[in-house]
Amino acid sequence: MEVSQRAPGRWQIATVTEVKRETPRVKSFRLVLPMWMPHLPGQHYDVRLTAPDGYRAQRSYSVASSPLEKGTVELTIDRLADGEVSPYFHDVVEVGDQVEVRGPFASYFVWRGESPVLLVGGGSGVVPLMAMLRHRRLTHDHGQMRLIYSVRHADDVIFAGEIDGDATLTFTRDAPPGWAGHTGHIDAGMFTAADHSDGTVFICGSNGFVEAAADLAMTAGFDPARIRTERFGPTG
Amino acid sequence: MASNFFSRGFTGRRRSPEELADRLPPGQYYERGFPVLTAGPTPRIDWTAWKFRIDGMVGTELEWTSAEFEALPFETVPCDIHCVTKWSKLGTSFGGVSLDTLLGDAQPAGAYAMAMSYGGYTTNLPVADLTGGKAWIVTEHEGEPLPREHGGPARLLVPHLYFWKSAKWIAALRIMDRDEPGFWEQNGYHNYGDPWREQRYWGD
Repeated sequence: MEVSQRAPGRWQIATVTEVKRETPRVKSFRLVLPMWMPHLPGQHYDVRLTAPDGYRAQRSYSVASSPLEKGTVELTIDRLADGEVSPYFHDVVEVGDQVEVRGPFASYFVWRGESPVLLVGGGSGVVPLMAMLRHRRLTHDHGQMRLIYSVRHADDVIFAGEIDGDATLTFTRDAPPGWAGHTGHIDAGMFTAADHSDGTVFICGSNGFVEAAADLAMTAGFDPARIRTERFGPTG
Repeated sequence: MASNFFSRGFTGRRRSPEELADRLPPGQYYERGFPVLTAGPTPRIDWTAWKFRIDGMVGTELEWTSAEFEALPFETVPCDIHCVTKWSKLGTSFGGVSLDTLLGDAQPAGAYAMAMSYGGYTTNLPVADLTGGKAWIVTEHEGEPLPREHGGPARLLVPHLYFWKSAKWIAALRIMDRDEPGFWEQNGYHNYGDPWREQRYWGD
């Protein structure tokens, strides 16, 4: 397709070309944008829904895909029961639907090729980290990047098919049958084993998760100035 | 662009109470909680060791210890707050000291200020937005000590701008003769941040 590059910030109408169920609560939506521009892994798009009477609701969602996938972005959305935008995506949006978006935005919680990098994600906090991991796998063979990923239940693993040797997964409530890996909350041993404390750490998840992970990172020797965090509030 | 667009099957299920609707800026939604958003680790600052400074282009550089700060006139500030991540908290309150009091004796000679926090966060504001009963250094939220994750022991409060301007863990205000972008302002967010003009990002 023909892609025109414009400054971010303008609302545009994207088309949904793929919907993928990741977990019982999480779906990924592939959008094709008429005014696509490359994002930095970790950036987000704003989404705006408009009702027939003009009522509008906006939310921000992290991009999960690499910017090498030209013309498209994948938004991975956790369904929050009392929200109004995430339930709309989960319950209504189908392939072929149009969605108003603008982006990409923000340039702090982004990976610009630093190495080594430790990614620490809790629940759907893994989404912007997956954009970094996917982009690293596509571009930066020699870069050191590891993911520590904490989920509650066996069926909560987003991007399950892509959790590979460069990732440490832990289940805090119940693990799959026969699971021989980590269980319980993230701990100092995982940070020590990752051995990236001379690098940058990106932490994303709930506030409690981020607080715990940031404390562990500081204990493991990460410079507080290289601990970047993004906290998910109750935004739905 | 896209003015006639509407979202198939969307009716809106989280509309704000009607009596509050005119207090919600465009693109914001009504949030009963108080979400936490911070770019890095949460600093631990002991109130007895806390100090607040006004320096830069001022007639007199001033610094207050926490004990000196506690002796200043204390106000309760009822307000609505608006986060750039789309939530607004309506009808909340903070308690602290007006920046009219604090800036009065410092005699600012520049028109711009950089708020600087423990932990290294910065955000820039015009001095005109910090005076005239529009900004405070607050140590309480809804009658309780300000929680650490919300900027305690003390944060800047500038409720008429997006809430990233209300710097948590405030340490100092530096008065400048020209504007400079702070932390988020260098990272894609609007230099001024008026929620009623939806100034979220560069170019808005």
